[in-house]
Amino acid sequence: MSAISPMPNTTNTTISTAGPPSRRNTELALLAFAVLIPCFAYMNVGLAMDGEMPSGMLGYGIGLGLLAGVGHLVVRKFAKYADPILLPMATLLNGIGLVLIWRLDQSPRLQASKVYAPAATNQLLFSAMGIALFIAVLIVIKDHRVLQRYTYISMVVALGLLIAPMFFPAKFGARIWITIPGIGGIQPGEFAKIVLAVFFAGYLMVKRDALALASRRFMGLYLPRGRDLGPILTVWGFSILVLVFETDLGTSLLFFGMFVVMLYVATERTSWIVFGLLMSAAGAVGVASFETHVQQRVQAWLDPMGEFLKSKQGLAGHSEQSMQALWAFGSGGVFGTGWGQGHSDLIGFAANSDFILATVGEELGLAGIMAILLVYGLIVERGVRTALAARDPFGKLLATGLAGAFAIQVFVVAGGVMGLIPLTGMTMPFMAQGGSSVIANWALVAVLIKISDTARRPAPAPAPSPDAEMTQVVRP
Amino acid sequence: MNKPVRRIAVFCGLLVLALMIRDNWIQFVKAGELKADKNNRRVTIARYGQPRGDIIVDGQKITGSVETGGIDYKFKRTYVNGAMWAPVTGYSSQVFGSSQLESLEDKVLTGDDDRLFFNRTVDMITGKGKKGGDVITTLNAKAQEAAFKGLGDKQGAVAALDPRTGKILALASTPSYDPSTIAGALDGKAWKNLDSDKAKPMLNRALRQTYPPGSTFKVVTAAAALENGLYKDVDSKTDSPLPWTLPDTRIELKNEGNLPCKDATLREALRVSCNSVFGKISADLGNKKMIDQANKFGFNKTVDTPVRTAASVYPKDNRPQNAMAGIGQASNRATPLQMAMIAAAVANNGKLMEPYMVDKLRAPNLNVIEHHQPKEMSQPISADTARQLQSIMETVVEKGTGTNAQIPNVKVGGKTGTAQHGVDNSGNPYAWFISYAKTDNGSPVAVAVVIEGDENTARDDIAGGALAAPIAKSVMEAVLKTEK
Repeated sequence: MSAISPMPNTTNTTISTAGPPSRRNTELALLAFAVLIPCFAYMNVGLAMDGEMPSGMLGYGIGLGLLAGVGHLVVRKFAKYADPILLPMATLLNGIGLVLIWRLDQSPRLQASKVYAPAATNQLLFSAMGIALFIAVLIVIKDHRVLQRYTYISMVVALGLLIAPMFFPAKFGARIWITIPGIGGIQPGEFAKIVLAVFFAGYLMVKRDALALASRRFMGLYLPRGRDLGPILTVWGFSILVLVFETDLGTSLLFFGMFVVMLYVATERTSWIVFGLLMSAAGAVGVASFETHVQQRVQAWLDPMGEFLKSKQGLAGHSEQSMQALWAFGSGGVFGTGWGQGHSDLIGFAANSDFILATVGEELGLAGIMAILLVYGLIVERGVRTALAARDPFGKLLATGLAGAFAIQVFVVAGGVMGLIPLTGMTMPFMAQGGSSVIANWALVAVLIKISDTARRPAPAPAPSPDAEMTQVVRP
Repeated sequence: MNKPVRRIAVFCGLLVLALMIRDNWIQFVKAGELKADKNNRRVTIARYGQPRGDIIVDGQKITGSVETGGIDYKFKRTYVNGAMWAPVTGYSSQVFGSSQLESLEDKVLTGDDDRLFFNRTVDMITGKGKKGGDVITTLNAKAQEAAFKGLGDKQGAVAALDPRTGKILALASTPSYDPSTIAGALDGKAWKNLDSDKAKPMLNRALRQTYPPGSTFKVVTAAAALENGLYKDVDSKTDSPLPWTLPDTRIELKNEGNLPCKDATLREALRVSCNSVFGKISADLGNKKMIDQANKFGFNKTVDTPVRTAASVYPKDNRPQNAMAGIGQASNRATPLQMAMIAAAVANNGKLMEPYMVDKLRAPNLNVIEHHQPKEMSQPISADTARQLQSIMETVVEKGTGTNAQIPNVKVGGKTGTAQHGVDNSGNPYAWFISYAKTDNGSPVAVAVVIEGDENTARDDIAGGALAAPIAKSVMEAVLKTEK
């Protein structure tokens, strides 16, 4: 036997000119899995439902692979040092979402329903548009800090996006759509999320000192001065307006939550969190006291079975979907029924949008939901990690805001579907059917990737200064 | 700003953790409950996702399954001669649930029973669909047919037993319904019609309806007299004055016409059905002893056949009411099955076998997963009492009120009854007949027939003998024929 040679010490402990690894190959390897897993899932659905390989198998696989590949190449070129996990995770969720939507398209029960329309082809198109926007963001925005210049323009745009749906008719009880004849509906709230995060980040970066330092101490809390309460009151008032006029609890919660998170990060003052919680509680209770739509949702959350039985007796009950979702989860059990073998289509037309998680629960079981939640959690934590690594306060705030908003959205949607909190009409990022959602979330990931690229990019080596020996240069 | 960002990271982690905990709650802790919830359509979808197993009588299926082509429920239950067998099968409806054997043996019929686990696993591995097991009943198709045809368009019920084992041989109830008509998803109207029908076609009268048993109960009273030593044997004179007034009252308990009931022997009293003799026996023995004797025959409790019967009632009551209960009136109520059990216990020399109608449960691969063994329920009377009762019941058929039940060359014992009911007996009377037939191999059949009379029904004991006895006779004949 030959002597085992000692492992060469490859860990880089000293600063070298090579810089940190770009991790692009890690991303490529992960992407391969992120494409393969949905392909297998797709195959599985076909085999389970028709006993044969689905005819679109090749096209679907190539399509998803192509989208992921192009995304990867653009990242390689324009954001070389970007976080390697975000793109594969988003691709995985998008791919699985497509399979879920296609699977629900195959359901004879939904095909027989009048309000349901097959959505997989459109969703693939939307995903492509999402990747296109992703690429555009990566190419157009050279550095995320340029966004700072557009702080107040962002505010105007965000307000416009939020107010616009008020002038359009409500759909399924919530006024969150802009309907454009010939094209269809757009949910501007999804885009407003990103634009608002830019505004908050820019605004708070400038005002954070005033908000943090000028305060009085009271009962262990730093209370802000009255006039500094202005911004939070404005945002609060605005989200209440959204809730009242658009009857959209989710969006309102999302924006206010995002603002409080960013405010806390900017000022490092716990008092803002306390204020935020108190204000959102007051707002929610206040609105619920007169808004019947919200009351119904709360009632359906507190006693879904009672409400279901009521509607069965012909009385007004409002929990048919919630109860169907709970049954879907329960029937899935720990391991699920397997792709294509559940009955989550009993939920009805919303099965592939707001309630898409119920299909995961029934067909992939507790195990599948855990995995999906972990992927979402991973995206959020990579976002927060980007914030930690970012070198500029604007980047930190923006990344935290986006990651926080993403986390809150996942919580509000999944919590609503699982009956943890009252149900709200929002979509599960990347998975749920809906163009606005998938496109906007790709843009969100693009912004995070751009920030992470800047954060991890090795600092340019200082230019050799000929007079460095003679004078002391004070560098920032 | 890194400290608050780290805290936000923890906060986001907590949000995801909360979701995970909630998911474990609904998909693990509460999963079983949600999965089996009766409002969860998956339960019915699974039940009708494959053909159900069948209910079998004499080797023939009396149920079936047919493919519907529907989205939710692939298969629908069908019934062969549904109206005749409805009191046995019950129904299995895609929308309205199920009843009786269809409901009680549902797990076997759908293939979900734990004992079919091995079968299911093998089928799953070999790629075959889940299959349901079969329920093999004890019923006798010929006897059932005789009973159902005999009842015809009259309201009533028939229950027949094998006294030696307790096997239920016939279980008919009219008016009946065809469970096929409510099996499908679109049968709401048929269901509504059945449900609102005043004649209650979905009521299983043989097991679940109690009637005043009338004079047929005198067999129990006679048994109590012999068992308690009130009278030594059936051929010695009883202490029976005529006319006889109910205790604590001035009301005379009348007989049906001018019958030779003064000090009549038990044989004679049963032959002509003397109210005065049996009313006095009940009064002499007292309420407690009568209740004891009735309970030994199975009164005041339910029996799971496995379809649960209604409990027959011999009530706690005052002295005059107790005397009336002794002739099967007052608050005395019995199911047809209960009265068949009384005849069966007498025919089986005093031993009462527990009635049952599921003989075997059979897996799809024809393995028997459960075989019901006959079980003795009680010994309500001694063998000697049984012999004496047989003797006088045979006299009833030979030359008493029950001559219509005579079968050539077969010993038949029986008792007629016509029960009054309603305020001042204003309701239409119930015509009863209970009987048994005896061969060299003991008694193969005991039967009870009740017919809810109409305005034209005679109000004396002749009704029981005229209307009910011929049906009992044809049921007994059918059993005797298949016995050979």
